[in-house]
Amino acid sequence: MTKPAGSDALDSIAVSAAESSRSINRETYLKHLLTQAAAAADESGLPLKDVRDLAIALVGDCTFPTNRDEAWRFTDLSDLLSHSLQRAEPPTAQSSSQSDISATLTSLDDVHQLVSINGYYARSISKKVPAPGVTIAPLSQLLQKAEYKAQLEPILTERLARVKGAEEVFTALNTAGFTDVMVVWVKADQIVDTPICIVREAEESSISHLRTLVIAERHASLTLVETFTGSPEAADTIRCNTSVTELWLAEGAQVNHMRIQDESEHTFHIAKTAVDQATNSRYQCTAIDLGAHLSRHHLEVFQSGPQTDTHLYGLSALRDCQLADTHSLLTLTYPHSGATQIQKNIVDDKAHAVFNGRVFVSQEAQHTDASQLNRNLMLSSKARIDTKPELDIVADDVKCAHGATVSQLQADEVFYLQSRGISSEQAQRLLLYGFAMEIVEKISVAPLRQALSDRLTVWAS
Amino acid sequence: MINENAKTILSVRNLHASVEGTEILKGVDFEVKSGEVHAIMGLNGSGKSTFSKVLAGHPDYAVTQGEVIFKGENLLELEPHERANSGVFLAFQYPLEIPGVSNRDFLRVAYNAHRKANGEEEVDVFDFDDLVEERSEIVKMDVSFLDRSVNEGFSGGEKKRNEILQMALLEPTLAILDETDSGLDIDALKIVSSGVNQLSTPSNATVLITHYQRLLNYIVPDYVHVMAKGRIVKTGGKELAQKLEEKGYDWLTAEDTVAEEAMV
Repeated sequence: MTKPAGSDALDSIAVSAAESSRSINRETYLKHLLTQAAAAADESGLPLKDVRDLAIALVGDCTFPTNRDEAWRFTDLSDLLSHSLQRAEPPTAQSSSQSDISATLTSLDDVHQLVSINGYYARSISKKVPAPGVTIAPLSQLLQKAEYKAQLEPILTERLARVKGAEEVFTALNTAGFTDVMVVWVKADQIVDTPICIVREAEESSISHLRTLVIAERHASLTLVETFTGSPEAADTIRCNTSVTELWLAEGAQVNHMRIQDESEHTFHIAKTAVDQATNSRYQCTAIDLGAHLSRHHLEVFQSGPQTDTHLYGLSALRDCQLADTHSLLTLTYPHSGATQIQKNIVDDKAHAVFNGRVFVSQEAQHTDASQLNRNLMLSSKARIDTKPELDIVADDVKCAHGATVSQLQADEVFYLQSRGISSEQAQRLLLYGFAMEIVEKISVAPLRQALSDRLTVWAS
Repeated sequence: MINENAKTILSVRNLHASVEGTEILKGVDFEVKSGEVHAIMGLNGSGKSTFSKVLAGHPDYAVTQGEVIFKGENLLELEPHERANSGVFLAFQYPLEIPGVSNRDFLRVAYNAHRKANGEEEVDVFDFDDLVEERSEIVKMDVSFLDRSVNEGFSGGEKKRNEILQMALLEPTLAILDETDSGLDIDALKIVSSGVNQLSTPSNATVLITHYQRLLNYIVPDYVHVMAKGRIVKTGGKELAQKLEEKGYDWLTAEDTVAEEAMV
């Protein structure tokens, strides 16, 4: 076949025109999201003008991510662009079609529980167990009470949207547009044994910005469970949730954080967990991603003092065309700290798991003991794994180990189980379950751990 | 224990097997009757371990010729789990670690798979707990091991004891112990051997695959076979093991070569 002279040039013009229309599209799209966010913020009536204005300015400096951005190389948000998402409205009824995971939590008696639907506090289905020195409530409610208002103002100024990384586009967008803030505030020396659950549900095909602020004062201790679930979207529509959870751990504070994402199948879930750890504090995060069409979890830990202890555990179990992306950043800038991270991914069908785990150990962070492990299990030849451990170590007297593996189920392991009378199918299920359970076992709330293990048993079969 | 009238459990005729196109077994003939204890000895690479894996149905090995009849059934037609459920048990030389699956759950799933395959009702968690704790005594295994992941972080001796515990639960007709003595200190060897001896009955049989005569002081075989180059080249009583320990294998291979030449 012969081509007329100059056709290549014409083609390239056509391509660049398409690209530029796409790029205009992205700019417009981000503006559209920001307009929706600002409208939601206005309606919320929260007196946070400075915080919002700064966030709006930050979003204005950002562009909508493309695969050309290193941080979004493997996670393509283009599918979002064709959906003109509107901000979520308050739910009409204060109940929702609950998933197994959130139903498990709401059925428990001895938990503090804040339920939000489409980002709005659902008072009638929330419950609180009275406890001294513990404030667990949406900001909208707290601000109505004079005794809280005075105490809260300095905290909001110093803590809300103040953890490093607030300028990241979706974090800033969330700050510009959250409709409420779930506040968990534990006073000094209070040990809260009762798990504090923040149950996030979604009903509409819309965009919601979910926000949580956790403050653990000196030597306080708490267990936090966040769940993200939603009823199925209407046909041909999608839903988008951005979520930002900021956690401030003061000296000697301990937070055991569990995060379960089991969103419905057309949801884009873009989340940030940002942690600030002071001297001697201990933070553990167990993040489980089972749902959503596309989910992204930025998990960022910063130090503001030495001798911290950090444990990050993660599991994604994906199938069909699901994508889950875990981007973690562990910044160690003080000496004598310990950190462990284990991220496991299981991908079936055409699913895609992304792990980018950065550990930064500065010159000051001598005697750090850190380890990072990413293990991936591929169940299908069309599944995809992208893994990128990034260790950036400046200090010279530290122990830092890391590893990443990608494998299929081991034939020898299957044979071992078969040789004990277990069929090949059952053996594979048991191995999958075992692979996942190493992370699920870190969930310290027993009924939730059981619900997850049941869920994974079904997943594996 | 040799009993002329005992039933034949396993009958292997002219078994050839290869892995990735390389023939490892070159015509094994082997017969086991109930109540008997057999030892198969031989140098590294003689085909001992391959033989055990072929019997258990390891997918890497292809049987190219010959037959294996187990309790009157063609064993080679069965899937590995079907072989296990019909009474073949292989204690692995290197038991695998299965992180995340508790030993207790693993043992219960295996035990119930056997019961189901044999038309018996599955046992519930509580009944199983009583059973497994009782059987743990056979290998003096602390019950805390039941709640750890299968073999994960177990010492060499603990892994082997765990293999014998599985055998104690599954009560096989034919137990094949592949180098169960390797890597064991003398105390662990005594515990493992005593476990195997306790499980030995007139209606089942044991095949020990080993390098060393040492094990045979604790589990006394009725027959000792020597494997070389993929065949069983010599069969004798327990005194053969003693002779191998003293003289090594060279005299046998020489004899074998002479025999082969004579056949030509």
